[in-house]
Amino acid sequence: MDDAELTSLTGVAPGPDLEKAPTGIRGLDQITGGGLPRGRVTLVAGSAGAGKTLLGLEFLVAGARQYGEPGVLVSFEESDTKITLNVRSLGFDLDQLQRDGLLAVLAFRVEPSEIVATGEFDFEPLFAILDDAIRRVGAKRVVLDTIEVLFGAFGDDSIVRSELSRLARWLDDRGVTVIVTGERGDKSLTRSGIEEYVTDCVIVLDHRVTNEISTRRLRVVKYRGSAHGTNEYPFLISARGFVVLPLTSIALNYGASEERISTGIPRLDHMLSGGLFRGSTLLVSGSAGTGKTSLGAHMVNSACARGERALLVLFEESPDQFLRNMRSIGLDLRPWVDSGLLRIWAARPSALGMETHLAVLAGLLEDETPSVAVLDGIASIGQGISLAEATSAVARKIDLLKARGITTVITALGEGDVETSENVSSMVDTWLLLRNIEANGERNRLLFVLKSRGTAHSNQVREFVLTSHGVELVDVYVGAAGVLAGSARLAQQATERDAEARQADDLARRRRELRRSVMEREAHLVAVQDQLDAERAEIERIDLRERHRAADTETDRSAMGVRRWADTAAGNGEKR
Amino acid sequence: MSQPRTADNGSATPAEAQQMWDLRLYVTGQSPKCLRAIENLQRACEEHLAGRYQIEVVDLLENPRLAAEDQILAVPTVVRRLPQPIRKLVGDLSDTERLLIGLQLRPPRSAAT
Repeated sequence: MDDAELTSLTGVAPGPDLEKAPTGIRGLDQITGGGLPRGRVTLVAGSAGAGKTLLGLEFLVAGARQYGEPGVLVSFEESDTKITLNVRSLGFDLDQLQRDGLLAVLAFRVEPSEIVATGEFDFEPLFAILDDAIRRVGAKRVVLDTIEVLFGAFGDDSIVRSELSRLARWLDDRGVTVIVTGERGDKSLTRSGIEEYVTDCVIVLDHRVTNEISTRRLRVVKYRGSAHGTNEYPFLISARGFVVLPLTSIALNYGASEERISTGIPRLDHMLSGGLFRGSTLLVSGSAGTGKTSLGAHMVNSACARGERALLVLFEESPDQFLRNMRSIGLDLRPWVDSGLLRIWAARPSALGMETHLAVLAGLLEDETPSVAVLDGIASIGQGISLAEATSAVARKIDLLKARGITTVITALGEGDVETSENVSSMVDTWLLLRNIEANGERNRLLFVLKSRGTAHSNQVREFVLTSHGVELVDVYVGAAGVLAGSARLAQQATERDAEARQADDLARRRRELRRSVMEREAHLVAVQDQLDAERAEIERIDLRERHRAADTETDRSAMGVRRWADTAAGNGEKR
Repeated sequence: MSQPRTADNGSATPAEAQQMWDLRLYVTGQSPKCLRAIENLQRACEEHLAGRYQIEVVDLLENPRLAAEDQILAVPTVVRRLPQPIRKLVGDLSDTERLLIGLQLRPPRSAAT
């Protein structure tokens, strides 16, 4: 972990003077800002089975394998062969480390019933053999597990106490980094109060079983001279060993990508200004049967189509069932499974226990390195556990994914007002709500964008339709009667179409009428013109005839005059 | 300094007389506690086991790894190797009562007299 990360975790830069020995346990090194105080004694307290021994062993193995710091394990509880066997399942080969000269194991079985106390004593043999072992492997790390059993075994506990105190000082002088484990006490941190003289760093491990589901927690109670995370951090003992999951530490320092990736539903991408930001988290909540899973399937499908790896975690159905169901809406994901791009994992968290579920998820993320992950039906995680724990489990999953820059889709059962969704919603970047509306004897799905960080997004409701070729978003009809979807929307659309058609008909008819009228009037106009022409012609004809007749009369009169020998033609012309 | 020390003194019952006691005393160097333990053990043995005991003193500073092999965490420690079963006594043996009971040289207090 680098300084910037630590600063963001604690608000305090690590002191340059305090050297730390990394434990190799990722989350723990994060919380402690780099590991345990180098050259000092750290007390790890916890009840039986809390993971004290494992923490110590990981510290030694990581030291030997990764940090070039050989170690010595002194066990007061188990024989060395038993220790070796116990941790082999976690991938620790203590025999090999011993052969390589990187580890020395000293096992003492202390059986109080076999020991008779007869007076003063000291632990010189322990000092001597420790000194020998430290020299032999060049040890930089020592684990004493569990020194608590020394109490009550030798008669005088005040001598045990002072000897252990002397041992702590002696180890301090050797410059080795030490883990001492102790049994959790009722009133004090440890049963015999070891914390009084092991004062530099104290870590408490806790193992709780609530409703048959186990949760392990780790807390750094004290870390002299160093800033450290003070919360209780959940941890797991998985097939990979000890994993601490700091919930709050990773939370706010991941990178933010500007790249947008498609949800696989073009209209949804459009509603979100082009898709989801890479590495962001999308929560899809809604009641049963609203199509949440289908949305997740689209996301996975589009990722695989881009050639990216995807992980699908099913909380409620089997992979086969899921694949069949998705085929019915036209999404065939099997080719992606076959080609290895898509990994589907199905398991009920309640069956595995939350911790294991989380551990398996962490393992899958490491193995598959997906760029997109879909957690389908995460609300079922809350079955049988308290809300706070469910929320924290979901939050840890989100953190796990976020820290790796994986674009995540989480689907959760419940309407917007369901608490689980509400609590998780603050951790997600985009929240889509799918809601059934029931009207006119049918249920229809509506999609709302409740929030989308850093994105201009549509404030409109869309109808979410599952077709044989996938999910489609359709505009809903918003009118005086409210939001209409499904058949009501179709009916409304039909009505609108009818109205439009009727209007078109009306116009055509009107146009036709007008045209006819114009034609009629034009015809009429022609007729009138004809008549006019005829009448004008008639007038001309009449005029012409008039003139002819006048001329004829004059001619007749002249002829008559000639015949009558008329001398003044003009003067007598008026008489006729 | 791990040479056996034996002594002879015939004052026990015939059955017990045949039983040889094999004791090993673990010490670290010549610390006062260890010297005290050697002294206390020898005195008790002389008193109760004269002639049929053997004490081997093992210095763990000379061979620290014996501590793991013999499962000795604290010194001084006396291990009664014979007679069986093995008994382990830790401390400077200044508590004679517990020393004798621990080695089963004397039955627990009620039957002591």
